[in-house]
Formats: sequence, C-alpha cells, structure tokens
Amino acid sequence: MTGDFGILSVGAYVPRSRLQRSAVHEANAWFAPGLKAMAKGERAVASWDEDAITMGVEAARDALTGLDRAEVGAITLASTSLPYIDRLNAGVIKEALNLADVVTALDVTGSQRAGTSALLRALAGTDGQQHLCIASDLRKARPASEAELAQGDAAAALLVGRGDPIARLLGAHSITVDFVDHFRAEGETFDYAWESRWIRDEGYAKLLGAAVKAALERTGLTGAEIDRALIAVPVRGVPEVIAKKTGIRAEALADTLAATIGDAGSAHPLLMLAAALEEAKPGEKVLLASFGQGVDVAIFETTPAIERWAGPSGVRGALARRKPDSNYMRFLFHRGLLDLDRGMRAEQDQKQVGSSLYRNRKTVLGLVGGRCTKTGTVQFPKTPFSVNPNSRELGTQEDYELAERRARIVTYTADALTYSPNPPCYYGMIDFEGGGRMTAEFVDIDPEDVEVGREMRMVFRIKALDELREFKRYFWKATAAS
Amino acid sequence: MARGIKDRVAILGMGCTKFGERWDCDADQLMVEAYEEAMADAGIDPTQLDAAWLSVGFDAMNIGSSGVPLAMALRLPDIGVTKVENFCASGTEAFRGAVYAVASGAADIALALGVEKLKDTGYGGLPTRTRGTKLDMISVTGSAPGNFAQLAAAYRAEHGVSKDDLKRAMAHVSVKSHANGAKNPKAHLQKVIDMDTVLNAPMIAEPLGLFDCCGVSDGAACAIVTTPEIARALGKHDIVTIKAMQIVSSNGWEAEGAGWNGSYFHTTRVAAARAYQEAGISSPRDELSLLEVHDCFSVTEVVTMEDLHISRTGEGWKDVLDGFFDADGSLPCQIDGGLKCFGHPIGASGLRMIYENYLQLLGRAGERQRSTPPRLALSHNLGGLPSSNVSAVAIVGMLDA
Repeated sequence: MTGDFGILSVGAYVPRSRLQRSAVHEANAWFAPGLKAMAKGERAVASWDEDAITMGVEAARDALTGLDRAEVGAITLASTSLPYIDRLNAGVIKEALNLADVVTALDVTGSQRAGTSALLRALAGTDGQQHLCIASDLRKARPASEAELAQGDAAAALLVGRGDPIARLLGAHSITVDFVDHFRAEGETFDYAWESRWIRDEGYAKLLGAAVKAALERTGLTGAEIDRALIAVPVRGVPEVIAKKTGIRAEALADTLAATIGDAGSAHPLLMLAAALEEAKPGEKVLLASFGQGVDVAIFETTPAIERWAGPSGVRGALARRKPDSNYMRFLFHRGLLDLDRGMRAEQDQKQVGSSLYRNRKTVLGLVGGRCTKTGTVQFPKTPFSVNPNSRELGTQEDYELAERRARIVTYTADALTYSPNPPCYYGMIDFEGGGRMTAEFVDIDPEDVEVGREMRMVFRIKALDELREFKRYFWKATAAS
Repeated sequence: MARGIKDRVAILGMGCTKFGERWDCDADQLMVEAYEEAMADAGIDPTQLDAAWLSVGFDAMNIGSSGVPLAMALRLPDIGVTKVENFCASGTEAFRGAVYAVASGAADIALALGVEKLKDTGYGGLPTRTRGTKLDMISVTGSAPGNFAQLAAAYRAEHGVSKDDLKRAMAHVSVKSHANGAKNPKAHLQKVIDMDTVLNAPMIAEPLGLFDCCGVSDGAACAIVTTPEIARALGKHDIVTIKAMQIVSSNGWEAEGAGWNGSYFHTTRVAAARAYQEAGISSPRDELSLLEVHDCFSVTEVVTMEDLHISRTGEGWKDVLDGFFDADGSLPCQIDGGLKCFGHPIGASGLRMIYENYLQLLGRAGERQRSTPPRLALSHNLGGLPSSNVSAVAIVGMLDA
C-alpha cells in the first residue's frame, strides 16, 4: 500500500448522560448483591431519542469536521443493534450527512468484531474511494445483569482513503472461530452469556493472545515495540493478561474506557482507536485487537501528518461533554424496560407517510433548506415561493444545508404538558447564522442553557416512534453549542 | 383597501350555552341549546333562515367533517350549511361567513353556530392533532401552553422586562378574569382567585403556571344576522351592527422568514389596523368601550393589548398592572371572564365573545354589565400558535355609534 493511503480522520460520539454504576447497583443490590465489585465508575447512556443510527451520524459528522463530504465514496455502519433488519441503516446516515446518491453503503453486523472487520476491508483499499467506517452500538441488557453495568452506548467513525493519512496500516491478522461467549438470537432483546472465567481463559487469553502474536510476527514487530496497545476488551485484567503473553509493555496498554464509557460493543475497538490517534505522536506503532467469534488485529503506524491534523471533538471532547446521572428509573424507561403510565397524550398515532418522507428526505433527514438564487433569502423548509415578503420569487431556491450551521435561540419554553419521554420538553425558535429559522426541540439541555440569544448546534435524533408499526421518525434537534 | 361592510349587517339574535363540563350533552344538544336562545332573541321562524355556517375546531372529537350535523340537529329547512375550521378562530370564521352572506345580499337572514365537545377526549387540555403530513415530520409537537409560553421569553428579551414583572402582569390577567367570571352564571369557572394562587401554581410550560392557562370546555354559541332594515322591520329598536370584520392568516413569514422576534402577533397587528380603518376608528384606546380578546394564556392577553394598538409596544404589561383593563378600569377586557373563565369550547369561542359584546351593548349583561353604556366593542379571536396563526378581529357597536 502506498504512503498516501490510510486513516485520514477519526471521530467519536458518546451520549452526554453518564449513569453512575453505583446508582444501578443501589437499586438492584437487594436482588444481585454480587455485582458490587462492578459498581464503580460510570457508563454512557443514550437518550430515548438516540439509536445506533443517530449516534453513528454524530460520530461521522465529527470525523468529517472540515473535510469535503463529496470525497466520500463508501460508508459502512457496523453494529449489533441496528434499528432496522431490512432497511439500509447506513442509508439513513447517508441522507443525514447529505452524501451523494452514488455512495455505496453497507450495514455490517453479527459480532463485536463488526467494526474492525469493516475497517480492515476498507483498509484493503481496493476501490480507490474514501471509506467512512462507522461503528455504533446501543445494546440492551437485563436489569440487574453484569452486562447492564458493563455496557455503554457510543459510536466512532474513521475515514479511510488516499490523501494525507494520520496513520497507515502496517499489517493485520484475523481469525474466525465459533467461540460463543454470548449470543443474541433473531428477535431477542438481550444477550445470553456464558461464564466469564471460561471466556477469559479460553477466549481472551488463548484466542486473542495468539492472534496478537501472529499479527506481530506478520509485521516483524515485537510486542515491546508497540507504543499503544488497544485491547478492545473492557474487562478488568484482560488487557494485562494479553500484554504479558505477547511482550507488550504494560505502559503501552491503552485505557479501555471501561470506567468512563463502558463497553460500546462493536463500536468499542474503533472508539479506542479514535481515542489513541487523538493522543498519538508521529511514528507510533498502534496495535488494535478486537474479539468476537474470532479476532481482528491491526497494527498501525502514525505519520507526521498526525501533528498537523487539527482533529475533531473526538473521544476527548465526548468525555468532557458529560452529565453525571443517577436516575436509574429513567434509564430503564428510556431503554423500554419500564412500562410507565405515559398518559393519553402519548397515544397520538405517529404513522409515517412513506411517500412523503421520500419526497422530503433532504428536508427531513438532511436538514436541507432553500436559498433564493436571486435574493439570497435562506429558509427552512424549501418551498415553491420564497418566504421573503419583499420579493415574491417562484422556483428560485437552491438546496442549502443547515445542519452544520450554528443557531441562536429566539424563543423557548420548557413544556411539561406535551408528551415527552424526558419531560419537560424544551423547544423554541432558533435563527441560523447566515439565515433561516425553525422551531426545534432542544435536547441534552439544562435550564441554565436556555435563554434568548444562546448559541445552539444541530443534532440528528429520533423525533417520534410509531409504536404500532415499529417505525422510527428521524429529524434534527438543537442542543447547546458549547 | 376594500370599503368594508360597516353597518351593513345587524345582529338579530344571539345565544350561548352554559360553558363547562357538559357530561350530559352531545354536540347536537349543545347546538340546540344555543340555537333556541338565539332564535327566541331574534323572534323569527326557522323557515326565515337562508343559510348557515358551522364552526368546529377539533373535527375528530366532535361531529365529523361537514355541515350536515348542524342541519340535522336543528332540522334546518333545506338550506346550505357550510362547516368552517380555522383553529381556535373558527367561531369568528363562521360569523364572517354568515355576515358576508347578508352583506352580499345572497341571504336575508343567516345563522352562524359554533360548537365544541371537548370533554370527551378523556384528558384535560386540547387534543394532540396532526399539522399535516409534511409539517408533522419537521415541526415540534408542543402543547398549546408550550407554544404560547414562548412569547414570554421573547417579550422579556425584546423589551427588557424582568421575569418577575411579566409574571405578575400575567397573574393580574388571570386574577381579573376570575373576578369577572364569578359574576357570570354561564361561565365554566366562577371562582375568585388571588395573586399568590396564580404565582405559586404548578408550572405547565415555563413560565406559564396552571392559572396562566385557560382550560377547555364544552359549549356552543349562535348568532343570527340580517340587514339593519330587516331587523327594524322585525321590530328591533336598539340595533347592533357589525363595524368591522377582519381575518389575517400567517403566510409563514414569522415561522420561516427573518425579522419576527417572537414577542408579538404579526397577524393581530395587521388585522386590528384594518379593522379600525373599516370601522372608522382612529384612536382605539379612547374610542372602544369593551374588549373580548383571545386570552388562551395570560401572556397572550398581555401582548395582545399591544397588538390591538391599545397599549404602547413593550408597555402592555404596565397597563395590565395599572388595572386599565379591569372591569372597572378604563377599557375592560374579558368582562365576562374570557376564555380563562367563561370557558373555551374552541369552535364556539369567537361567537361567545361577540355574544358578550352584544349583551353589553344592549345592557343585558346582568350583574357584570359595564356601568358606562358601551358603544363599540371589539372581539379578537386567535387560532394556531404565535409563529403561525389565524387572527380574527370583529368590531360590533350600536348602529348610530
């Protein structure tokens, strides 16, 4: 592979809410006192209006910060919690990112390795296109389970292609073995997991350890030469065992993010890679290993370009954008695990008219408004007649993307009457920089964030759920810019 | 501008049901109740009705989507019935249809009836409803209080009014309406309240507390209109005529354009200016005797005092606190209790406002009758939300006013 090919950019998204594991344990200790040892730190929790698609959009936007989206030729979405079994989930992300229709898109699923396997395919670089590799997971776990404490919701995205890469692939090694540490059958909500000691000894130590050794041999490196080892198994003690077996220095082991985010499933390896590349200096050897019915190991070398790379908000930004949360009941409700009495207002039929969504897909999924080519008036949505009262222009509007533009609050309220899974529902009118306005829901917001004139930015979320037909209606909402 | 219809149409009779939780009634029984009062007042036979308009705001909860239910409930004599729906301004819309039919000469006598059966929803407040296939994908499904509450933040920011001052002015609006409603036997709420009750009530939509919001009611109101000549021929002496009738619908400028700051109703400002021109009123603050405005929320009433060009922009809250709009003030507003206490059966509300103005003009308002004989009375009926709405202004007065 030539020197101008590799990872061009990385991005990450971690939901703002961080559920305190102690709060989870406190609620469940009467039933599962044995989980006390795991009740440390916090885990990222997606809001009710997030899923693998919306988190994937946010990670992708982060990775594409300042880059030309027209260069992206292919996207993959890796996840074991895809909202749709038969509707291209990556296709929704394509619309939200306003990528060209000629983009190829693929959902990748089936194991915790899905993210790295998709990344390695992209790094094979056979089609000469820029690949946007997204991994995003929002898994559900039974209340009072180990998984409930261990998991976290997050997404990561990497842009792979030709250009000025920040890291190049030195070599990779993959094995596939039907090692069933856990599984989730078609139609099931939760994983079924086997004993953790067996997984540790037979799975991680043997299979993963051997694969790391093989990858090192293949690239002609010793474990000691690895500067950053990303063993994407956020289980206490496991990376240390692998390091010992493979000669990797203990200091080279990267933080597994277990204490701050939790195990983000198929997104976790890419999340750790994003975090590592944000910190790395040129010339570092970075080893990434993921586990799931086999092992993927990839060894990268960072380039001088990494020092020039401005970097997006990334994992660092996501970790800082944090709101500790001890509301375990809300977490259960937002995961659909608690059937609260939502009242009659929640009964409104949310049926989506499919033909209308298709016609308006740029407006709804892409937040594309209109700009009058004669007067420059910007508006949302795009309409036949311009909204400019001083110039009745008909059919003069061109597409105008609003999602990446900042906006300011014009009006607001905190509505305790309308049905919201997270009351009170904040919303108000916002004016975009450069023109255009809309009334938008405000999310991830605190009372002190809302005031007339306050700066906001847009985020891609679930607007409503059609629970009769299991269809998710996506749209854009606003959140505090800083 | 068109020359308008001032004094070309007279009110022959009006009726209004008791508003409230009418658990015992269907919509057709409410229609009959309002109709019977109006017909007795008009003193005519049903065969003299040439046309009818029916207003209902919430289709699904009521009577379906045609004028047929009115024709059936009242057994109208094979005449055309047009059903109109224009958010909460539907009542004035029905009135406009009947008034214009008479003004045009197409009908000698026409009827307008508004009805709403809202207490069959199973919960308080307005039902959630669609805003159309496209808007439903991109708009916020806020509650009515949430939609109107946004006026407050914008108003405070625009005019530098403190949270506390605006909240107190809003509370004064509700205290006043409750005081007025207590004197109205047909009112849904007839209980006097104090400032502390309003200020300490649970928050519905920041900064609107429970007492800043009107509820919803069951009820119906009816108007029968004709020409002043026919009214006189039918034996009427004190004749109340329509001085102005203006409706303005948002075209999206507020919601999608640039320049509207969220603190006022663009449509009301335009509709009021046109209505004053049609009625020949140059100084509404001095010339009008009574106001019935769309006080769906206390903050709406505050800003509407400015949008109707009664108070100076940014100073309506001061007039409110000064008691200018109290029942014994210079220009009473909601002397019948308003939406807040008389009640708000959506499709009937615009007609209920005109009903009160009509009674007051004729000196028939009982205990709540304005001491100074009123000459010109304005009603303002609003539907939608601040950023996208229908604003209707009707001015009625004595024929010689």
